[in-house]
Amino acid sequence: MEPESPALQAPGGPPGPALELCGIDKRFGAVHANRSVSLAVSKGSIHGLIGENGAGKSTLMNIVYGFHRADAGEIRVNGRRVEIGRPRDSIEAGIGMVHQHFMLVERFTVLENIVLGAEGGAMLGRGLGEARSGLGRLGRKYGLDVPLDAEAGHLPVGMQQRVEILKALHHRAEILILDEPTAVLTPAEADQLFRMLALLRDQGKTVILVTHKLREIMAITDRVTVMRQGSVVHETATRDTSPKALAEQMVGRAVLLKVEKAPAKPGAGLLEVRNLEVRDRLGVPRVKGASFSLRAGEIVGVAGVSGNGQSELIEALAGIRVPTGGSILLGGQDLARGSTGLNDRRSHGIAHVPEDRLRMGVVASFSAEDNAILGYHARQRFNRSGFMRRRAIREDCAEKMASYDVRPPSPSLRITAFSGGNQQKLVLAREIDCGPSVLIVGQPTRGVDIGAIEFIHRRIVALRDSGKAVLVVSVELDEIMGLSDRILVMAGGEIVGEVPGSEATEEALGLLMAGVKGDASR
Amino acid sequence: MKPADKLPRWAEFGLLPAINLCAALLISGAVIRLIGESPWAAFKLMAAGAFGAQDSIGYTLFYATDFVFTGLAVAVAFHAGLFNIGGEGQAYVGGLGVGLVCLAFGSCSPWLVIPLAIASGCAFGAAWAFVPGWLQARRGSHIVITTIMANFIASALMTYLLVNVLIKPGQQSPETREFGPGAAMPPVHELLARIGISFAPSPFNMASLLALVACALVWAFLWRTRWGYALRVVGQNPQAAVYAGISPERTIMVAMTISGGLAGCLAVNELMGSQHRILLDFPGGAGFVGIAVALMGRNHPVGILAASLLFGALYQGGSQLSFDMPHVNRDMVILIQGLVILFCGALENVFRAPLAALLRPRAARPSP
Amino acid sequence: MEAYREIILILAATIRVATPLVLAAIAGLFSERSGVIDLGLEGKMLAAAFASAAVAAATGSAWLGLGAGVAASLALALVIAFACVTHRGNQVVAAMAVNIIVAGLAPALALAWFDQGGQTPQLDGPGQRFLGIAWPWAQAARRHPVPGLAYAELLSGHNLIVYFAAALVPASAWVLYRTRFGLRLRAVGENPLAVDTAGISVNLLRYQASIISGILCGVAGTYISTAASAGFVRDMTAGKGYLALAALIFGKWRPYPTLAACLLFAFADAGAARLQGVPLPGIGVVPVQLIIALPYILTVLLLAGFVGEAVAPKAIGVPYTKEK
Repeated sequence: MEPESPALQAPGGPPGPALELCGIDKRFGAVHANRSVSLAVSKGSIHGLIGENGAGKSTLMNIVYGFHRADAGEIRVNGRRVEIGRPRDSIEAGIGMVHQHFMLVERFTVLENIVLGAEGGAMLGRGLGEARSGLGRLGRKYGLDVPLDAEAGHLPVGMQQRVEILKALHHRAEILILDEPTAVLTPAEADQLFRMLALLRDQGKTVILVTHKLREIMAITDRVTVMRQGSVVHETATRDTSPKALAEQMVGRAVLLKVEKAPAKPGAGLLEVRNLEVRDRLGVPRVKGASFSLRAGEIVGVAGVSGNGQSELIEALAGIRVPTGGSILLGGQDLARGSTGLNDRRSHGIAHVPEDRLRMGVVASFSAEDNAILGYHARQRFNRSGFMRRRAIREDCAEKMASYDVRPPSPSLRITAFSGGNQQKLVLAREIDCGPSVLIVGQPTRGVDIGAIEFIHRRIVALRDSGKAVLVVSVELDEIMGLSDRILVMAGGEIVGEVPGSEATEEALGLLMAGVKGDASR
Repeated sequence: MKPADKLPRWAEFGLLPAINLCAALLISGAVIRLIGESPWAAFKLMAAGAFGAQDSIGYTLFYATDFVFTGLAVAVAFHAGLFNIGGEGQAYVGGLGVGLVCLAFGSCSPWLVIPLAIASGCAFGAAWAFVPGWLQARRGSHIVITTIMANFIASALMTYLLVNVLIKPGQQSPETREFGPGAAMPPVHELLARIGISFAPSPFNMASLLALVACALVWAFLWRTRWGYALRVVGQNPQAAVYAGISPERTIMVAMTISGGLAGCLAVNELMGSQHRILLDFPGGAGFVGIAVALMGRNHPVGILAASLLFGALYQGGSQLSFDMPHVNRDMVILIQGLVILFCGALENVFRAPLAALLRPRAARPSP
Repeated sequence: MEAYREIILILAATIRVATPLVLAAIAGLFSERSGVIDLGLEGKMLAAAFASAAVAAATGSAWLGLGAGVAASLALALVIAFACVTHRGNQVVAAMAVNIIVAGLAPALALAWFDQGGQTPQLDGPGQRFLGIAWPWAQAARRHPVPGLAYAELLSGHNLIVYFAAALVPASAWVLYRTRFGLRLRAVGENPLAVDTAGISVNLLRYQASIISGILCGVAGTYISTAASAGFVRDMTAGKGYLALAALIFGKWRPYPTLAACLLFAFADAGAARLQGVPLPGIGVVPVQLIIALPYILTVLLLAGFVGEAVAPKAIGVPYTKEK
């Protein structure tokens, strides 16, 4: 431990920083995730940390929370240097974190989850009783009501998030980090969360809000730090900046919020979805009676808070999930009925770029060329009576790489050796090259660098212009508004509204996403 | 067991297994020293026992043949993401299939009996493996547990059949009568004798050719057919398989069926090549050696072939050991086998990470 | 009256057969509840059986034998933990490796040290074995079969390890559900990431669970060679480790149901031994092999969801790595 640095806290002055990071540096192999990041968060404030996906925000916060160890740099809490090598150190320093994916033991009760790690003694009996009354007080103070004896896995996500916050407070956190807390919330729920955070701030807690959404930064934070490619590029008081300025700082140049495209010339209807219903494994309806049509030569976007049925909708259309009701009409045939093998969709001309590339779209341990045939491996082009045509597969992949600018153009290289953008370009090439009439794209640019985003958007528009139908699902409203000719909004498993792309505003879509039914284009 | 660090091929298939083997031998050497014998002398005796004479080479290859079948069985399942610990039971039940055909048609022409017995052994082994495969695919039952349980059930079933049903009348030990002359796998020394080459007699027989063919077929299947491709996709990423229109359930069942069929072939070598009857516990642990062989051979047929030869030599050499060293016997080989599984399987990251760091080009290393 | 005697004797045998199963199953319970598959029960028990018999034979003390058995089993548990927890190796592979290593090593050492073909010498000296402890008036009580015989055979006359196993089950239930350690242990088997973010070391918990498992397997192995029999012979655990695992699954990873499963399996075993060749009313002669296979068949049926449902700890078998 180094002695306290006296210069940092002027006696009698305004409250000093609760958390300071000095020269934090971190590499994962070849990726330089944090480049000498320095940051100061004042006590009793809400500090925003904004940046694109992959800008290094989460890595930085995971270092603060002791999940990763920094290669260099130091962390100070209340002006005192602390060594944080594991979450325990961080908790002891008064830091709490609400992760993007909640850290709950689903089969435990809420109470058991909250006390985990701070049980108040080796025997559970007394500790649990004390925790129960203590939590009652905390809950009243911050308006955080949770059913303590409910099984955590059965709670709705908004409630689970509250459990996480209570857990951090029960562990005596003074500094609370929230990593993308609104990804799973409706705008209304997010507002409620923000009110809670404001209350915490007013009680003297320090809050760090990690997000990539400008709206949230503007709505709630006192100061904001912008990260780009692992470095801090800008820091300012929130009232001194604007969304446009922040956006430019995030991407490093003036942003093209509009995708360059000519007006759509929609043709005949290609795909007709009627009263589609999809239930999950537990029988809970995820898509409730969705109806819409896709016409040739148009891009239809689906907007919504993630987890409102978009994933299930596209998986049903792509044949990964079996719908429990309704119909999917393509060329007069109902794909929802009868035995529709998964390959059926591809032979009907429906191609699908899945939402989560590494989970579903590629096989991480395979080479690029083996990934470039995934789903099409049974086609004549790639195999002769069951035997793979290795040479044809390699040549085909090389062609795709050339025409989609995949770098490096080495078909035999393992797919994980490519950047996210290049992986996505290859997946897009695979799905477009088979000549589909309908393309379903989930999160077209998730984990993709700026340069590739534009390329991918141009390709999607080009596909539209060649008379195909495209359905795009994205949690990025900007992307939806930029790409789509028509926008469908999903909330609670239903399609709650439709807005022409040219007339859509963030506010109108946000209202619909919150579940307020109606025609927002009015 | 996804490799954490990617190694160049020569290191992945050559250097790393060699290092792991050395670690295993080092510890076995220490045990031999503890017993009071010289490890160096013991390993020399084992090498001589395995390769020193024509008949010992024959025995080495005979044992290796067993291990090729069980090693391939483990590998095929492994590529589909399944850990088939049931090779032992599948081989045992496969022996029932081989034995029933041999007992029924033993007096017919070998040209009829041998293919029929191979098919029957495969089918019985495959059927025994299909059950855990089906349970995993359709009911989600953990395949490691079900295959272990299936080993015990197979053992009880075969004991029952041998004691109560198939036993040769008027005999005490639970064995069937001897197979007819048509059910013998031609021994290699006899075939060589026909073309004028004299080779000492050993159980080394034509089932070894079948093992080589199986290696080639497994390789072609896994890396050159679309079904093998689908199987590997399922093993690496079941969700991507669903996305690609491959049914993980069906693939799991297919993989287990193939795996069990390969394990069942062991009975062709053991029963038709050597024992000429069904007897209690004839697989003798070869199903478990298959795990060591597959791990050491990196689940690749060529690697499995090499690892099988090594284990064949260890088994043959180990059984010769006790003649010269009364305090060391074949149990030592089981110890080595266990250590190889430990180092090649469970502890592979221990040597892999430093090796990967050592072999990584300097430029790619992160600067401190 | 004869049937009553027979039943009491079968129940007494059930207790003796169940003891190592209970010890091993509870050992597995701790390990598996922490998220580490415990296929190594068999090897750990076999090692303990050998070590305890060898030391008891050499020193003449069953207690020193117990110490050696526990130490041997513990050492193997630590090897498995080192491979699976520290190095995140495959848990099934590590356990199989240990099982096979012991299957080779134990008879090899026995052969070298005692020169009796891979066995240890017969334990027949005073104090070399754990023998039954007669309770007061047990002998006298036999004169009044009901309930005297039950008292003499079922409560009295067992060795210390049997009583230890009996006490172990409520003790484990208490630890698992009433203590901080139990809470954390159950949590780490369900969601290690949650445990890690709560500031608790996942690896430390898993090591602790492995150590408990090692100690209990050591006691179980010692029982097999120095209490249930008089010395070590090759492969003497004969699948009991896997049977205990089956009981653990059958008991759905909970202490009391696991005890019940152990007793059920042991009862089948004890009954089969006594009823060999005796026709049962209405069924006829049941092949002894069927009874031997019954626990395994039942477990498979359970895993298949045909008889109830077994929900394993969620994170079982998955090495814990922080995502980058």
